[in-house]
Amino acid sequence: MIIQRSVTMINLTHNPIDDQALTEQVRRRDCGAVVTFLGTVRDLTDGKITVALDYEAYPGMAKKKMAEIERDTRERWPVGEMAMVHRLGHMAVGEVSVAVAVSCPHRAQAFEACRYAIDRLKELVPIWKKENWADGSTEWVHPGDTGVKG
Amino acid sequence: MMAQVRLFARARELAGADSIAIELEPGATASDLRQRIAKAYPALASLLERSALAVNDEFADDTLTLPVNAEVALLPPVSGG
Repeated sequence: MIIQRSVTMINLTHNPIDDQALTEQVRRRDCGAVVTFLGTVRDLTDGKITVALDYEAYPGMAKKKMAEIERDTRERWPVGEMAMVHRLGHMAVGEVSVAVAVSCPHRAQAFEACRYAIDRLKELVPIWKKENWADGSTEWVHPGDTGVKG
Repeated sequence: MMAQVRLFARARELAGADSIAIELEPGATASDLRQRIAKAYPALASLLERSALAVNDEFADDTLTLPVNAEVALLPPVSGG
């Protein structure tokens, strides 16, 4: 079934992401391709076991940047609808932390647009994750970290 | 003027606070703010070098003059997704 567009499809939430609903939200009669990317909590990073992740955001700016990414993506590809949701708070291994769904007339455009949007989100949007390692220690992830933290 | 700087992730933990108050001269730039933060909170200095500053929800160039009553945030390298 093809449902009506919701008012805003950019969101931050502390609740589980309903990725099936998100995928349905972007379906359109003029779009023959829908690509949904899910980021999920992985159990192993560099040989260390993760039991959970905590995510925090600078929410106002994060939503503003996500809206800019949507605009940029729409300028580059003939996007029908697009939805981007990031979950915040505590997540166990396997849970969905982020979802990006994009519809386009054709599949190459949909794959490329979705890839671009998630890549930009990871570069630009002020959201951070904290590892909860199996030994009970925790560690904020800040790309570019070397051995010495801080 | 006084700038209230919001902190996130490891920066928040290193400072032990959600935000810090930094005294600045009128007309101070983002670069001036960086120097003041590093001086007042040496524990933040190293992470600060790799962090962005945001002013009113936009990434701030080091040359930007800080508007009065701006919302300022220190953004360590991001890791969403």
